Amino acid sequence: MAGFDKVVGSYEEAMAGLKDGMTVLAGGFGLCGIPENLIAEIKRKGTMGLTVVSNNCGVDGFGLGVLLEDKQICKMVSSYVGENALFEKQLLNGELEVVLTPQGTLAEKMRAGGAGIPGFYTATGVGTPVAEGKETKMFNDREYLLEESITGDFAIVKGWKADRYGNVVYRHTAQNFNPLAATAGKITVVEVEEIVEVGELDPAHIHTPGIYVDRVIVGQFEKRIEKRTVKEA
Amino acid sequence: MALTREQMAQRVAQELQDGFYVNLGIGIPTLVANYVPADMDVMLQSENGLLGMGAFPTEETIDADMINAGKQTVTTVKGASIFSSAESFAMIRGGHVDLTVLGAFEVDVNGNIASWMIPNKLIKGMGGAMDLVAGADNIIVTMTHASKHGESKLLTECALPLTGKGCIKKVLTDLAWLEIENGAFVLKERAPGVSVEEIIEKTQGKLIVPEIVPEMVFA
Repeated sequence: MAGFDKVVGSYEEAMAGLKDGMTVLAGGFGLCGIPENLIAEIKRKGTMGLTVVSNNCGVDGFGLGVLLEDKQICKMVSSYVGENALFEKQLLNGELEVVLTPQGTLAEKMRAGGAGIPGFYTATGVGTPVAEGKETKMFNDREYLLEESITGDFAIVKGWKADRYGNVVYRHTAQNFNPLAATAGKITVVEVEEIVEVGELDPAHIHTPGIYVDRVIVGQFEKRIEKRTVKEA
Repeated sequence: MALTREQMAQRVAQELQDGFYVNLGIGIPTLVANYVPADMDVMLQSENGLLGMGAFPTEETIDADMINAGKQTVTTVKGASIFSSAESFAMIRGGHVDLTVLGAFEVDVNGNIASWMIPNKLIKGMGGAMDLVAGADNIIVTMTHASKHGESKLLTECALPLTGKGCIKKVLTDLAWLEIENGAFVLKERAPGVSVEEIIEKTQGKLIVPEIVPEMVFA
């Protein structure tokens, strides 16, 4: 059993080996399903010059936004980054580079990266600024762009439950980019709300099979809500 | 009179069909959900990874793990499914969504759409808009016919950077329902009380005006 046991006891251990200049893929959409404690550990470690691939960059003071405070991120690959003032400031100062990538293309780049596919053709972005400098090809009289896939030195992922072998289940829409990031990291670290015994999760209901996962840690989560909307009573 | 936001949503809702899977963008498109006819089943797709989006939750049922593409807390309807963002965009890109409704800054006679970037203003990103317009066959753009300063948004050629090329066929503005055919806007319906002359005056791109242009009808 020890051979497949991925559970680590501390966040320091979970992010061991992360070095300046590395690429980190992060799961999450907005503040939903973000690996908040793994992000906090990167802040604590003070790793610099990171390229971060994530749909968004958190908000001021929470999520990936905290890594902007000490200018740890030099490049962001995202589809939407408008929720945070510090981001704006560093972008306008030239301290931060951003590569805006359509959301579906970003998801597919990670999926393909994890699946050993170096690139793919998509109609998304044809005729737009996204197409600049990219190879195109016609299929059935329609133009497509060649998009290259993405892999990372680390993937940081937020799951709901995992077993010790690293089989992961996500909760509701906190799934989002997490299973994609999980496949595409050289070292994939998953933090979860609960670690269960091997055999407890239904094999047919596993979202991320343990083969993709290197480290699992259990944590406490704030789960901040970005836009709290409720039905009028 | 120009249509209100609610009337625009109501007009778009007339395009829904029983059994449609629909993706609604932020703003006026979101309001369309309020006008789904009671005898019709429609499933709303949210591109973060949800098919079968329900109403907003109550204070008791609110859940940080249950949000839509606008990052609002939501619920699911019976028969909903939840999946990864890659699966979600496979549905969108693969043309499986029956109707997509989204806003725009400009649309032109060749079906080009600009909706995400105004140069020299802060650029926040395109989110899923480029994938949605590239993947869908049936798209309705909702926007005001002209800017606050009276400048037409229905153009010969979009001036702003594009979101998608040649992908728009239907546009609902606060003044008219138009379809794009052979390099021109065709005026199909006008808002109640709005004259054809006003629409002609506020449309910069080539406009074809049929002999009879009916007024929109609201229930």
